[in-house]
Amino acid sequence: MNAATGTVRFILDGEVIAIDNPDPTRTVLQYLREDLRRIGTKEGCAEGDCGACTVALAEIDRSGERLQVRAVNSCIQFLATLDGKELITVESLRSSNGTLHPVQQALVDCHGSQCGFCTPGFVMSMFALYKNNAEPSRRAIDDALAGNLCRCTGYSPIVKAATDMYSLATQLEEESSWLLAPSTPGGTCGSDEQARCHRLASIRHHESLEVATRGRRFIAPRTLVDLVKCRCDYPQATLLAGGTDVGLWVTKELRELETLIYTGAVEDLRQITSSKTHLEIGAAVPLTDAMPAIVAHWPDLEELLLRFASPPIRNAGTLGGNVANGSPIGDSMPALLALDASLVLTKIWDSDLKLSKRSLSLNEFYIDYRETAREPGEVLECIRIPLPAAGAQLRSFKVSKRFDQDISAVCGAYYLELDGNRVAVVRLAYGGMAAIPKRAEASEQALIGREWTIDNVTRAMSALDQDFEPVSDMRASAHYRRTVARNLLKRFYLETTSTDNTRVYGYGRQSVA
Amino acid sequence: MDASRLPERSLESDAIAGGAGEAVPHDSAHLHVSGGAFYTDDLPEPRELLHLAVGMSQRAHARITSLDLSAVRAADGVIDVITAADIPGVNNCGPVIADDPILAPGFVQYVGQAVFAVAAETVTAARKAAKLARIEYEELDAILDPLTAIDADSFVLPTETIRRGDSRKAIDAAAHRLSGRLHLGGQDQFYLEGQIAMALPREDGDLFICSSTQHPGEVQHLVANAIGRLNKDVVVECRRMGGAFGGKESQPALIACIAALMAHKTGRPCKLRLDRDVDMIMTGKRHDFVIDYEVGFDDTGRLEGIEFMFASRCGMSADLSGAINDRTMFHCDNAYYLGDTTIVSHRCKTHTVSNTAFRGFGGPQGMFGIEYVMDDIARYLGRDPLDIRQRNFYGIGERNITHYSQTIDDNILEEIVGQVATTSDYAGRTADIRQFNASSPVFKRGIALTPVKFGISFTATHLNQAGALLHIYTDGTVHINHGGTEMGQGLFTKVAQVVAEELQIDLERIKITASDTSKVPNASATAASSGSDLNGKAAQAAARKIKKRLVRFAVERFGVEPDEVSFRNNSVRVGKETLDFVEFIQLAWFARTSLSATGFYRTPKIHYDRSTFSGRPFFYYAYGAAVSEVIIDTLTGEHRLLRVDILHDCGKSLNPAIDMGQIEGGFVQGAGWLTTEELWWNDRGELKTHAPSTYKIPTSSDLPVDFRVAMFEPGQNQEKTIYRSKAVGEPPLMLSLSVFHAIRDAIASVGGAGCRPPLTAPATPEAVLAAIETLRDEEAAA
Repeated sequence: MNAATGTVRFILDGEVIAIDNPDPTRTVLQYLREDLRRIGTKEGCAEGDCGACTVALAEIDRSGERLQVRAVNSCIQFLATLDGKELITVESLRSSNGTLHPVQQALVDCHGSQCGFCTPGFVMSMFALYKNNAEPSRRAIDDALAGNLCRCTGYSPIVKAATDMYSLATQLEEESSWLLAPSTPGGTCGSDEQARCHRLASIRHHESLEVATRGRRFIAPRTLVDLVKCRCDYPQATLLAGGTDVGLWVTKELRELETLIYTGAVEDLRQITSSKTHLEIGAAVPLTDAMPAIVAHWPDLEELLLRFASPPIRNAGTLGGNVANGSPIGDSMPALLALDASLVLTKIWDSDLKLSKRSLSLNEFYIDYRETAREPGEVLECIRIPLPAAGAQLRSFKVSKRFDQDISAVCGAYYLELDGNRVAVVRLAYGGMAAIPKRAEASEQALIGREWTIDNVTRAMSALDQDFEPVSDMRASAHYRRTVARNLLKRFYLETTSTDNTRVYGYGRQSVA
Repeated sequence: MDASRLPERSLESDAIAGGAGEAVPHDSAHLHVSGGAFYTDDLPEPRELLHLAVGMSQRAHARITSLDLSAVRAADGVIDVITAADIPGVNNCGPVIADDPILAPGFVQYVGQAVFAVAAETVTAARKAAKLARIEYEELDAILDPLTAIDADSFVLPTETIRRGDSRKAIDAAAHRLSGRLHLGGQDQFYLEGQIAMALPREDGDLFICSSTQHPGEVQHLVANAIGRLNKDVVVECRRMGGAFGGKESQPALIACIAALMAHKTGRPCKLRLDRDVDMIMTGKRHDFVIDYEVGFDDTGRLEGIEFMFASRCGMSADLSGAINDRTMFHCDNAYYLGDTTIVSHRCKTHTVSNTAFRGFGGPQGMFGIEYVMDDIARYLGRDPLDIRQRNFYGIGERNITHYSQTIDDNILEEIVGQVATTSDYAGRTADIRQFNASSPVFKRGIALTPVKFGISFTATHLNQAGALLHIYTDGTVHINHGGTEMGQGLFTKVAQVVAEELQIDLERIKITASDTSKVPNASATAASSGSDLNGKAAQAAARKIKKRLVRFAVERFGVEPDEVSFRNNSVRVGKETLDFVEFIQLAWFARTSLSATGFYRTPKIHYDRSTFSGRPFFYYAYGAAVSEVIIDTLTGEHRLLRVDILHDCGKSLNPAIDMGQIEGGFVQGAGWLTTEELWWNDRGELKTHAPSTYKIPTSSDLPVDFRVAMFEPGQNQEKTIYRSKAVGEPPLMLSLSVFHAIRDAIASVGGAGCRPPLTAPATPEAVLAAIETLRDEEAAA
């Protein structure tokens, strides 16, 4: 492994902050509130579900020349993951002479705050929208706000502010600070933005980051080789990707994690590549980047992926993390199972640090509740998704109590290839129905080789009872899960045989574009 | 919010900036958006501050046979631990009855009950230490739901009954009879700022408490009792809360008492901030209910007699359940003349967290009952539910006496409902929906119009009083303090607007200050929608008192008649001269005029005898109506809110922007209660929906696709409230009953003629699908 550094460096309000060996699981929110006494950022739930703690992170984008801004939940983001980034908080936006940022002023003008406790989080999510979308649709605004709960206003004035903030921006002087300027697609890079990029480039580490304090470690390798070697060196370590689950082990279960290996700085795992046959998504690609790549091939997955948690969670959380974590209610896995995705698992082959890779069908990956076929020393390198076959149909339906940012009671994903009207290939996969995300084999058998008719689909619906014995819990009863699992298959049939709208949430709503 | 949606207002304040009736922003808006507003956890932390955590019961009902805290005491960073044995005063934080222990006295009555508290150098150290306790229990039988409680004769307070006439006879004699059992879920307040208090020792054993509370006076009282001192020894302050909704009316006392007890014991400042999960497990919520009804009515659907049985889950102690269930009884008429009536209200004791206030305070549950009955009658008779509702509205000059003997003399139901029925095209859309449903096998649409009539005043008459303290400084700026608290509702802004209006000075000259028990004593909770009514009037009284002195000064100094002195637009007109307000104040001060005054207000006209449940508990009523349209998916039970039209009565609004926020926010919160927000306990009495990951309040995408909100014009209040405004905190929540009944209307299209969908609340996808399945089974059996 390359020589490591133990200093976390990031930028806040134009200053380079260097912290030697911070506690590996100290959160950004704790750092802001307790160490810096920047109390504008609030704790509402400490689990990434309410958004009161939202901050923005800026990084140099793939072009290498522009800044990319994303909102994240500071309550479950570990301080050490800020290395090499610029942190922007609600205090950063108000100018030194007290003038409010257009996002802030719009919220005042629209009466968008009542108790005000959620407001800093809304400001930061809206700021990310402001920097990323020049003309958001209503659905895009709803999506940008999906991770922020407000209990007072009923949201109307906040949505209004998210629309009006752009008109306040038009009154700005041209050479104003990068923070103040809204997104201008195709626009040029101003001098402030250039300066910020330079500053970010100047703090970039090229070697691994290794933070150690009182026998606990946070290691952020830069290369795949370093990552798998580190995995061998610390077999008991916790692999940390976006931290949207691991963060809760710390904030909720109060677990003392000894060693964390962070995948987020491994460049090799942050790639999305496409071959003639497959789309490959690196294990550390955030969901926000993985989504458009998948949706480009499978447009129907847009709804599922938009309903996957919230933007701050998708900005931190990775597709690889969702898959490797193996929760029975993870939202990506039913669709990936239906797509017959496979995983590339990598480990050290010999003492010369050669790597050995194996490909495993996702269908064989899950063994039991949170137990997977990953072998000791193996890390998930990427997820391989076959590209669409001609005429193939795919749908994924999520049913939950709330439309946005909820966990599925049942999630069903369906893949179908017909030969004439005969079922040539069918894969039916469900989340929320068993201890693992799982294909419905008996139901598939009831369809394969048969005519794609309502009678045969009805038989397949009944066969689901052989495939699953769901549980009752706070999200739904076993009876409801069974019924809905059947009915979603029926919905799939209806969608493949008619053009009628079958999604109640699509009714009267624009798409996000 | 679109400014053009706000009605034009001009009271007498055209000239000053920020007078009564102006849609000025919330006074803290610029701080909210920039992160500069201080909530309790944001206050600068004193030296030597200790952070606390609470050890909780893991059993619903048990005796503690062994409490081993040695590992807690030995944990890293721990300074001290307290149990019930360390309480020098009274071990109680119950507001009405002393049945709510601060720390469990040897036995526990719900999962999550506080058993001990630990103080440590950091929050994390305290929380980690709290998990190390070894508690052994001897389990006792636990009662986990209201119906079991009734069977076991388990109540926190005696069952109450209101009777008018002979309901049995009226029902038996009626042309038609219906009965039913309704299930209605509770609701967590989900204020974004969790419960928190910080206790700072002062000299001689006194305490200063910073508490996130709607009721500083009660925190003061209960803290003093707990540490064995008197009210004079404790000062409680609250600048603002990050939301409350009733959840910080009585609940903050527990948090503040624990912080106070630890500060008392250690002599160090102590802060207790609950983690969200702990907050939701440990503190009370809206009562869930089982409601039985039996009703008799004529061929036109008009009520002849009705009997209600309300059984609420009060939890393990009385808390505010008495007044809450009283309000359920008062509001089970909503907008309707009930005829002969018997209402029985059981206040069930269960081994679950003690339920408490939540916006509407029992009223919404009562109204849920009667609206369900209206809907059932309409479906049974095959009539439009709106016809049945209108047929049963309270009359004007007749059929206008409630079952608690109050005469309704400000009834605007017909106007407000008629108007919104027209502007929403209720009739036309209803016809469209019937047509749509006939040709749509999977999706079904539904529509409903429901009214709101909500009584304004604390039903406990003595609570309807308020005080204020007003200073004018020699630079002409003003300091206003009153007994109300700011939880986001804009009370401070409104009261400052009243002062601006009275003194005729710009709002920016007025400093609104933290609620403080040492400035205004013995204040009631900021609750029952009464904040502006009470505190606005008290502030007005204080301003008028000073104005009177200033007029006397002017008369003496300038030799004019009193009616030649007037306050106008930041100046004072004296005879033919006009003095700048600042200049005038300096002259008054120089002439030794007192520039500080208290103001006091008590609501007139109200009286009420609780022993007979009769009198005039309410000063006036607030009204509103809403039309909701939904679409449901009969495969999954999911729904979408397509359009909502609201017309709401704010009287002559003190601040239309703030009032609009209350209407929209209340409606959305109510819609959450009736659709997505489900509290789920397992069979051990453990609440499993205790975080936003499992308890789902609405997000912005849950808003109606088309949302049209208006205030009733011309707003007025026939009673002499502050500038003839009306209370607006709670009433709009109940406009959301239209959402529930629109869903029910959509479900009904699946069943046969006359079907009454057995929909439970909240109408989660599962509840909707269950109702659909029942109707389909009935159809199949028929």
